[in-house]
Amino acid sequence: MKLEGLSRSLGRWLDGTGPVSDIVLSTRVRLARNLGGVPFTHRAREEQLAMVYSSILSAVRKTPALSQSIALEMRDLSPLDRQFLVERHLISNDLADLSKVRGLLVVPDESISAMVNEEDHLRLQALASGFQLRSAWEAVNTIDDELAQDLDYAFSDELGYLTACPTNVGTGMRASVLIHLPSLVLTKQIGRVLQGITQVGLAVRGFYGEGSQIMGNFFQISNQTTLGQSEKETVDSLERVTKQIIESEQRARDELLKDARVQIEDKVWRAYGALRHSRVISSQEVVNLSSAVRFGVALRIEGLASVQTLNELLVRSQPAHLQIAVGRELEQRERNILRADYVRKLLADGGSFPVANN
Amino acid sequence: MQCEICGKRPAVVHFTEIVNNKKSEYHVCEKCAEEKGYHVPLVKTKFSVGDLLAGMVDQPGSAEESRVGRVQCPKCGLVYSNFKETGRLGCSECYPTFRAQLRPLLRRIHGSTKHVGKTPIRDAARVALRREVQRLHEQLQKAIEREEFEAAAELRDRIRTMETSGVPPQPEVGAP
Repeated sequence: MKLEGLSRSLGRWLDGTGPVSDIVLSTRVRLARNLGGVPFTHRAREEQLAMVYSSILSAVRKTPALSQSIALEMRDLSPLDRQFLVERHLISNDLADLSKVRGLLVVPDESISAMVNEEDHLRLQALASGFQLRSAWEAVNTIDDELAQDLDYAFSDELGYLTACPTNVGTGMRASVLIHLPSLVLTKQIGRVLQGITQVGLAVRGFYGEGSQIMGNFFQISNQTTLGQSEKETVDSLERVTKQIIESEQRARDELLKDARVQIEDKVWRAYGALRHSRVISSQEVVNLSSAVRFGVALRIEGLASVQTLNELLVRSQPAHLQIAVGRELEQRERNILRADYVRKLLADGGSFPVANN
Repeated sequence: MQCEICGKRPAVVHFTEIVNNKKSEYHVCEKCAEEKGYHVPLVKTKFSVGDLLAGMVDQPGSAEESRVGRVQCPKCGLVYSNFKETGRLGCSECYPTFRAQLRPLLRRIHGSTKHVGKTPIRDAARVALRREVQRLHEQLQKAIEREEFEAAAELRDRIRTMETSGVPPQPEVGAP
């Protein structure tokens, strides 16, 4: 199995050590780049895409910070392996979907990765734990500079980095935070907050980014525009708005606690109880119940789980993760039983990773 | 991902249906979703270029639209009407080719038509800089050996400026 290493380790972005990680799960900054002289992925011929892949691979090998990267060509991976990478936020559904020469390059701790021949030839991303936009931007910026020494990027002085979709042209940058807002949802203020976000030129998406559902009170907030603003300005403005959202979440939380502390605690503990003792559980249930427990952790209720354990739960209880952990494909019914088993063990041990023997 | 119904447009509406405990997932384009009456979620998750373009360029079916729609990129062969359907350009040459049509669109999307962010550090410039710095280092070494300290100080300053500014040297007249 190609993903052995990744399935045993857990990305550094999930370790729960980043700033404000009880509210902001992770920070991501990605840059879209294309190679000059080659049509964009959807118009390129097979051999051109193969050339793009090998040029990027060789540039990556020469970049010290990426020299340890694992290279995964999508064609060599099973649908299950690809689903695993989607669950891990390392590739998009689009990259997993098609059968062209597409690949993923990822450093072992998952802090930096690159999708090759997705919508654009190169999608370089930095993924960090908690709320750390600036350092994620700096990490991806440095690597972009190094790669530019070897790769001839499609660039125009007027329009910046040229991308397949005009919504990305310019900086080609999408900076985002994955933020957990249970109090704003519970107090029904979330609609107003989300509306405010879109009015200042930011976008709100679901758990897996573009086109995905909102679940477990997680929202992905990102910049919408890529022209007319420098990367630094974009990052600063997203940072400012995110801070305001964190403050409204905290205010809403205080209100809730003042009016209904016992009811909230009851909700948190019931959710914990269900996770801790269930025998059959769907991944949607895990997401929703662990959202309530995460809320409890943010409220400083003692005796629950660590943020890292909750992050681990969220990712490792997903269908492909479970199946790769046991080394075979499972029916949904079997998965729900195995998942309950796994969730119980994880919460009991507080983090160690059980691998089933069957 | 393509729409599961028409198979032409990209799928932008994703939803899960649960009937009698049986879960089914659907991935369809906006148009088919609307036609089938599928509920489109409150928060619009996809920035649709098709939406932006609709109602922007002329009246549908007008002579002007069909003329603009036939403009073709000389490099990759993409015609403008194809871009209107998919929202994807074909190559970097499409940008100057469809410049007139893209400008109002970019202004709508971004509120601007000018890049103000970073610039790639081109290989050629780097290499030229590195080579020039190396050449000056050699000259510096020689100057020191010959005990020409004034010349050495000048060379050292030039190297420093070049290294900190990162600007490649101008072609030098009468360089040895």
